[in-house]
Amino acid sequence: MKRSVIPLLTTLFVLVFFYLPIVVLVVNSFNASRFGGTWEGSTLEWYRMLFRETSVWRALRNTLIIAVGATFASVVLGTTAAFALHRYHTRLQRLHYTLIYTPLVVPEILMGMSLLLFFVAAGFELGLFTIFLAHTTFCISYVAMVVLARLQDFDFSIIEAAQDLGAGWWTTAWRVLLPLLAPGLAAGGLLAFTLSIDDFVITFFVSGPGSTTLPVRIYSMIKHSKNMPMINALSAILLVVTFAAVWGSQRLTKESHA
Amino acid sequence: MTPARRARWTEALVTTPSLAWLLVFFVVPTVIIFAITFKPVDLYGGIGKGWTLDTLKSLFNPNYPAIVWRTVWLSLATTAVCLILAVPCGYYVARSSDRWRQMLLLLIILPFWTSFLVRVFAWKVLLHPEGPLKHALAAVGLIGPDTLLLYNEKAILLVMVYTFLPFAILPIYAAAEKFDFRLLEAARDLGARPLRAFWSVFVPGIRRGLLTAVLVVFIPALGSYVIPDIVGGPNSEMIGNKIAQRTFSDRNLPHASGLSAFLTLGVLLPLLLVLALQRKKGEEAPSMQEVS
Repeated sequence: MKRSVIPLLTTLFVLVFFYLPIVVLVVNSFNASRFGGTWEGSTLEWYRMLFRETSVWRALRNTLIIAVGATFASVVLGTTAAFALHRYHTRLQRLHYTLIYTPLVVPEILMGMSLLLFFVAAGFELGLFTIFLAHTTFCISYVAMVVLARLQDFDFSIIEAAQDLGAGWWTTAWRVLLPLLAPGLAAGGLLAFTLSIDDFVITFFVSGPGSTTLPVRIYSMIKHSKNMPMINALSAILLVVTFAAVWGSQRLTKESHA
Repeated sequence: MTPARRARWTEALVTTPSLAWLLVFFVVPTVIIFAITFKPVDLYGGIGKGWTLDTLKSLFNPNYPAIVWRTVWLSLATTAVCLILAVPCGYYVARSSDRWRQMLLLLIILPFWTSFLVRVFAWKVLLHPEGPLKHALAAVGLIGPDTLLLYNEKAILLVMVYTFLPFAILPIYAAAEKFDFRLLEAARDLGARPLRAFWSVFVPGIRRGLLTAVLVVFIPALGSYVIPDIVGGPNSEMIGNKIAQRTFSDRNLPHASGLSAFLTLGVLLPLLLVLALQRKKGEEAPSMQEVS
């Protein structure tokens, strides 16, 4: 039976569509032309400018502090949530699941706006701490979903076996459950870390003076159309870092499967 | 303790942390959005004392219907284009050989992992009046020298499709992967034309994936703010832009709150509809596991 070529052509089109802007961006970061309409010779000037821009480095520092904190908190909360959702099927867990699931589809601007109002009403000072609280809130759902997926093919008789052999509650959790769940936790943690580093909308709403993160900094650079080539250079670096990280984590998961 | 009581204790122990956190930082703030709509503004851009209906009245701004309409149609169009591209794409990936499929999936997921702002910015560079695409299209004669590719609704639609497409492909692929492709061959053997077999057998077969795709594209699209802000113009604002403008430029939190309350109701409607559709066949709620 002859198969249609439409699916193949669509897939090729989608891939070109996905990567064309990214490739143009990276190429332009080495282009001496300011707007990159034409090639005016290669340069590293934009990268040099970027490394002299201290505000970018300060923003990066804030971003990493928040990402580490939010990843840690959301992995703990997301894992207990996934465990509860997997183990129990009560009315409470139906509510719990709805609460975990809804933040995944709610538009970011609503989450940002509602948290801003909450912090203002509760008298919180906007800053790194409010950003940490906000990031943990949306990361919990992602971590819970990833860990829950891993738990689906988890054999719970191992736990009973451990307990039959005399292991206590703590020993079972620490020596049996945790090592087996480690790949799931790593995957959830990596997702939380990436989402936290990348988040702009929610951060923008709940950040205060002095708590500028990298995306907030990039946004204001884009918005004021200043130093467009410098943003090219910064974007190119970010792209290379993420591509390397995703490639590395793919290699890791492949090895752990083998 | 009886085993039943112990089970309930353990359940409470593992449920409370996340449940309490989400109640405080997700449910309460959402309720607050509705409450603050009825609060006055104070002189310092904060929230005043007492209650008022002024904000509610000011929401009947004559400019708003056009913005609401634009938000809805751009989100619908984004969803439609994403589905049109994602269904053949998900089908192709699901039918690929194992090695090739891993490769394709990685290529589709990779943009999702890269910075959202960087991806939107990449389009601004590409579509810029002095940028490469404009030069190329003008050189071939497809567009005139004065055509503006940026700062209009078409640019917003393009970039929205670009950022949401991976979210549409993944659930559709996950559903297609579980689909029994022999059914398509059976339909063909029984005399169905290829398109007919695809439409009447494959599409209903991946229904669950389609619904999830609609959910994760349409609802977040309604709240778009960065994309219209960066590649849209002053005449192509969406609700999200208005919320941000009232929050940051005018510092009128109650008004921003009223708009957000309206958007929340607008989001709840399709969400409940899709969940009801999923439930109808006794299926579980849609899952986001595919996305990770």
